[in-house]
Amino acid sequence: MQIRKKGKKTVPPVSTASLPDIVFMLLFFFMVTTVMRETSLKVQHVIPKAKQVAKLERKSLVAYIHIGPPLKPLQSIMGTEPRIQLDDAFATPADIPTFVESVKSETNEAEVPLLTYSLKVDVKTKMGIVVDVKQELRKANALKINYSTSRAIDKVVEL
Amino acid sequence: MAGSKRQIQEINAGSMADIAFLLLIFFLVTTTMDVDTGLMRVLPPPILEDVPPPPPVNKRNVFVVLANSADNLLVEDDYMKVEDLKDAAKQFIIGEPNNPGNERFPEFKVSEDPLIIKYFGANYPISKQIVSLQNDRGTSYQLYIAIQDQLATAYSEVRDQVAMSQFGKKYDELKESKSKEDNEKAKAVRKLIPQRISEAEPKEIGG
Repeated sequence: MQIRKKGKKTVPPVSTASLPDIVFMLLFFFMVTTVMRETSLKVQHVIPKAKQVAKLERKSLVAYIHIGPPLKPLQSIMGTEPRIQLDDAFATPADIPTFVESVKSETNEAEVPLLTYSLKVDVKTKMGIVVDVKQELRKANALKINYSTSRAIDKVVEL
Repeated sequence: MAGSKRQIQEINAGSMADIAFLLLIFFLVTTTMDVDTGLMRVLPPPILEDVPPPPPVNKRNVFVVLANSADNLLVEDDYMKVEDLKDAAKQFIIGEPNNPGNERFPEFKVSEDPLIIKYFGANYPISKQIVSLQNDRGTSYQLYIAIQDQLATAYSEVRDQVAMSQFGKKYDELKESKSKEDNEKAKAVRKLIPQRISEAEPKEIGG
């Protein structure tokens, strides 16, 4: 006597009922962690590495100043020399006081002293342009700055 | 109406997953997970005209670091590699408290700060060290950051040494500790070895 029927044994299909739940879980995770990029970069930069880095807390109190050579498609107009980008546009050091004022006016008055200006500068940039920016920031009384660097993994800072 | 029960058809939830996937992919693409890190610095306040210039500093208290446009480093009148800067700076910051006559190292003073007296005693010698950094307009940003990093590392290692010998804990441990007393100790260490990196106005000398 045959105990089991020979032939096709149908495997019950895997229930996909919980799939939406799993996907929703992931969705909420990404919704919560996401930070929308506010500006589109017009300059390219490779950020230098350092060991003594500190985390930048409270992103709402950070203003970014990008310095680097313009992106490839823009190089025909802007050239290849490092440029400054504030918000969404190219700028000169002379535009920095206006930028600082606009950043300050957008911030809660009590939190203005906590504003940090993060300098995202390409490694190949010469100090001249960085110094100009720093001098303008000083004049505009924006004294807390942060040289954006990524954490060096090995012990030696390579040059 | 009492008698007539109309059966409401169930909504097909089969496409729910698709909708959720669509949203998920959108957020996956737009999300940026990177944490911003960097070297925090405070710029000196702008120079006001009616403020008298600061008193001159004794030359032996200043550790001079010069960087030129060819990315060469001159430290205390000697050519040096960036990798060696940390140890040289450390040596200078520590100095020779037992031999205050040595002209190579900074002078020492005794502090009246109550915090230092509380944790280090009244006669603890405090170095009058200052690090002066001057770069050319042609110096690369990479070298500048490397110098800043080396100097910051030197300061933090000296602080660690002092904190280790005095309190048996590293400076960062004291600073991030939950206990108030430890935080106060960290403050005393910070007052003992303040991070004084002065940046001179850049020159345009080339070379």
